[in-house]
Amino acid sequence: MTDISPAEEVEAPPVDPNEVRLTINGHEVVSTKGEMVIAAAARAGDYIPHFCYHPRLEPVGMCRMCMVDIDGGRGPMLQPACMVPVSPGMKVDTGSPATKRAQEGIIELLLANHPLDCPVCDKGGECPLQDQSFSHGPGESRYVEEKRHYEKPIAISDIVFLDRERCILCDRCTRFADEVAGDALIQFNSRGNNTHITTFPDEPFASYFSGNTVQICPVGALTAKPYRFKARPWDLAQQESTCTTCAVGCRTVVQSSHDELLRYMGVDSDPVNHGWLCDRGRFNFESVKSADRLLQPLVRQADGFQPATWSAALAEAASLILEAKAAGGPKSIAVIGGARGTNEDAFAWSRLGHEVIGTPNVYSQMGDGLPADLLLLDRATIDQAASATTIVLLAPDLKEELPILYLRLREAAEKKRSRIIEFAPKQSGLTRNAWRHFAYEPGTQVAAVEKALADPEIAAQFAKGSVVVVAGRGNLAETSTATVRAIRTVLAANPGSRILPAFRRGNVVGALQVGMRTADGGLDTRAALQAAADGKIECLVLVGADPLTDFPDTDLARRALAGARRIVAVDTFLTPSALLANVVLAASAYAEKSGTTTNIEGRVTTVAQQVNPAGNTRADWMIAAELALDLGGDFAYETIDDVTADIAWHVAGHEAITPEALATAKDGIIAGLLPAMAQAKLLEAVIPERNSYDFRLVVSRTMYDQATGTANSPSLAHLATQTMVHLHPLDLGKVGTTEGATVKMSSTRATIVLNVVADPAVLRGTAWVPFNHSGANVGDLIDCTAAVNDVRIENL
Amino acid sequence: MTRLNEANVIIAKEIIGRYPKARSATIPLLHLSQQQNGYVTNEAMVQIAEMVGATSAEVLGTATFYEMFKFEPVGKYLVNICGTLSCALMGSETLLHHAEGKLGVKAGGTTEDGLFTLERAECQAACTEAPCLQVNYRYRYKVTTAELDQLLDDLAAGRLDGEVPPHGTVARVRQHIPADKAVGPVPPDAVVAPPAWITEGAK
Repeated sequence: MTDISPAEEVEAPPVDPNEVRLTINGHEVVSTKGEMVIAAAARAGDYIPHFCYHPRLEPVGMCRMCMVDIDGGRGPMLQPACMVPVSPGMKVDTGSPATKRAQEGIIELLLANHPLDCPVCDKGGECPLQDQSFSHGPGESRYVEEKRHYEKPIAISDIVFLDRERCILCDRCTRFADEVAGDALIQFNSRGNNTHITTFPDEPFASYFSGNTVQICPVGALTAKPYRFKARPWDLAQQESTCTTCAVGCRTVVQSSHDELLRYMGVDSDPVNHGWLCDRGRFNFESVKSADRLLQPLVRQADGFQPATWSAALAEAASLILEAKAAGGPKSIAVIGGARGTNEDAFAWSRLGHEVIGTPNVYSQMGDGLPADLLLLDRATIDQAASATTIVLLAPDLKEELPILYLRLREAAEKKRSRIIEFAPKQSGLTRNAWRHFAYEPGTQVAAVEKALADPEIAAQFAKGSVVVVAGRGNLAETSTATVRAIRTVLAANPGSRILPAFRRGNVVGALQVGMRTADGGLDTRAALQAAADGKIECLVLVGADPLTDFPDTDLARRALAGARRIVAVDTFLTPSALLANVVLAASAYAEKSGTTTNIEGRVTTVAQQVNPAGNTRADWMIAAELALDLGGDFAYETIDDVTADIAWHVAGHEAITPEALATAKDGIIAGLLPAMAQAKLLEAVIPERNSYDFRLVVSRTMYDQATGTANSPSLAHLATQTMVHLHPLDLGKVGTTEGATVKMSSTRATIVLNVVADPAVLRGTAWVPFNHSGANVGDLIDCTAAVNDVRIENL
Repeated sequence: MTRLNEANVIIAKEIIGRYPKARSATIPLLHLSQQQNGYVTNEAMVQIAEMVGATSAEVLGTATFYEMFKFEPVGKYLVNICGTLSCALMGSETLLHHAEGKLGVKAGGTTEDGLFTLERAECQAACTEAPCLQVNYRYRYKVTTAELDQLLDDLAAGRLDGEVPPHGTVARVRQHIPADKAVGPVPPDAVVAPPAWITEGAK
């Protein structure tokens, strides 16, 4: 047959309706609808100089440096490449004479007022203005007039300094503060030649994310206290790493000079942190070089701690463990912790616990998380959470505990991609962005969730698309039972929804995944502490764990440490718990050891060693391997890669996570299916009637508290407040007190004295107290086995 | 007490109600606070920020963009003598020096009795009437030094009270739009139907 029916014609490949083809400097570039010319050019390798443009911020066209010849069909004309979206057939010339003239003009104009104090400027050497003056500037200036003068750096917050003479008014810091952080506390003031950045008088730029403005400032106008005048950029050595301050796993660059840590910078990891870091993670490197670090092993003698050699300390630790084993069998030994270090640390310690010592009592959570079996549920990535149709929050205040996750979810709500349904005992940082906020009294989570699910509007919202439940412990003064049941209720009502665990401690997910979890019949941390308090624990091993500070129930922790017959502690500082140990093994800190870490998604990324370990300290995994030798085991680990490879070999879900694979995986590798874990038994949740103890206690963490990393970083330590009780303003009358007054707060266990803050974010009838702050210790009031904790508040 | 007083808080709420987004009321509220105190105080800006759901820094940033908002006390009468080209050619410099001599303050200063603030202003768009000046933004055209003396004396003696209200007064009669006459603001996000001028026009 000669005629060809249309159906037999070769089909042209489908054209993506969003695809846009344009020409940049003579070569064709494929772009997508809505992309700005500057971004398309950057992808194609044609750099367009700029100051105000930042790929993670909305464009403003403020600095005019990116003016290039753009021909959109009406002939070439100078247009700002950061403000013009690509269009089909567009022709862009980034090197035309007109472009060059415009760039030189803008540089000359920007330098008219810039002080050119580069020799004494921290930014000198890594300064976009310096670099672009060199590459795109005219080399000379016609301006002879006096430059603008301002008071030299003013502190716009406790950490950030602003030098307005250097500022080129690019709007990056102000846009970041407003758009990304949601703390519009810095603004342009006045106009014309007088325009400058200020805060409101006496309202500092007290954002948890202020350090990012320093990182994105294209000149030396914004500097951060911990790095001011500390180094020149060309003297810095650096490596990419992952922050382990919380469990979000932000990618960072760790920089040092002369073996001293000097700065962390955020790396733009698309699936995780978008280049941002919180101030706590950015500035707590100071704690690594703290003078209070524990630098050598200590062994308790009759007259107190004595410094010991590693062999002596390890022999002592081994003999304590062997004595314990002889006295009460392996089950009388409990290993707590492992969330502070790397996966390799946790894996070595878990092998030591499970295989060498032979105890099932190994656990890395400190009684402030949720049962580990939640990790087996269908887990969402951060990207999936930030693009879900509905995000359900049954979690602590993410702004305080997982700050960059807060930024990601806030963006999802701000850009109207997702609707947030929040269940919380107190308003959180995300409440402003929540579509629905349900305040629940401690213990009544399930009822709150069921009520919400019965609402047809909410049911319709759930039915619209994907659902991600962000699950964590919103209140340390109640058991996890009600929260777990509420999570399961949401999941049952929405099959196919995913869960993102909001576990906060550095590498807690990694530790749980590689084995720092109980074996059959093992005791978790609470049970182990209870057994120790009952005198049933012969030896307690604390691997970077400080129950006296971190376990919600301080009384139980205190009784446990007193009741445990022997204590071996491994830590970077002599913490209150380590002070009670028989042997303290000095551990290396972050940036002093390499390895891998796992974030809440299960994403495994690398952690880099940038400086030598302080003093005579060793990485936790080495300590475990050495101790194993003394106890008759041999892990045969020589390098960190041996441990990483061993994890890949032995731990289900980690098969693909080898040192070789990690070396090329830019964004890390998400662990696969984990081995089965038994569903944890929940404590019974009987909620008592209110009596004279008429405030229900809500306790959670804030970003700045007495955590080791914060308390030992001078730039951050003073940001932590004293313990105070927050009450709803209308509840003050009930107590007969006023804001700022001192009150007595009692539970059935203890009484503490603290000041009152009136806080409308707190639910009526509840009292919120931040955990682990200086002054009164709210942990004294908490019974960790009670479904809820009630307190009485009386005027002093 | 430099926050908005009770009567003005009621007016402020009425003003906010006219806009689909509370933030849009920022500038009218700044005027209101300037009318109450003669200048915009920090306390008032904090209060306005609370009322419109912005941060104090945002209110400050917006307010400082505008020349006519003052952030320090100014006199009851703000005298702006134009110093731009036409007026300069017609002798505004002499006029300004004369005023400085008469009031005993330099341009930018306020007299001790708190009655006058003298300022050199940019073009007031009355070049055909140069040299010109404004008292609380009320024009005086082709001003001679004698007329300036007379003006300042009249103001000081209160003879112009009916004509020139104290600094900060936007209007002496405040507009109140009854609810049934209001447009009924719809937040931009909540707009579902095309506007009446399109649907009506199609008929």
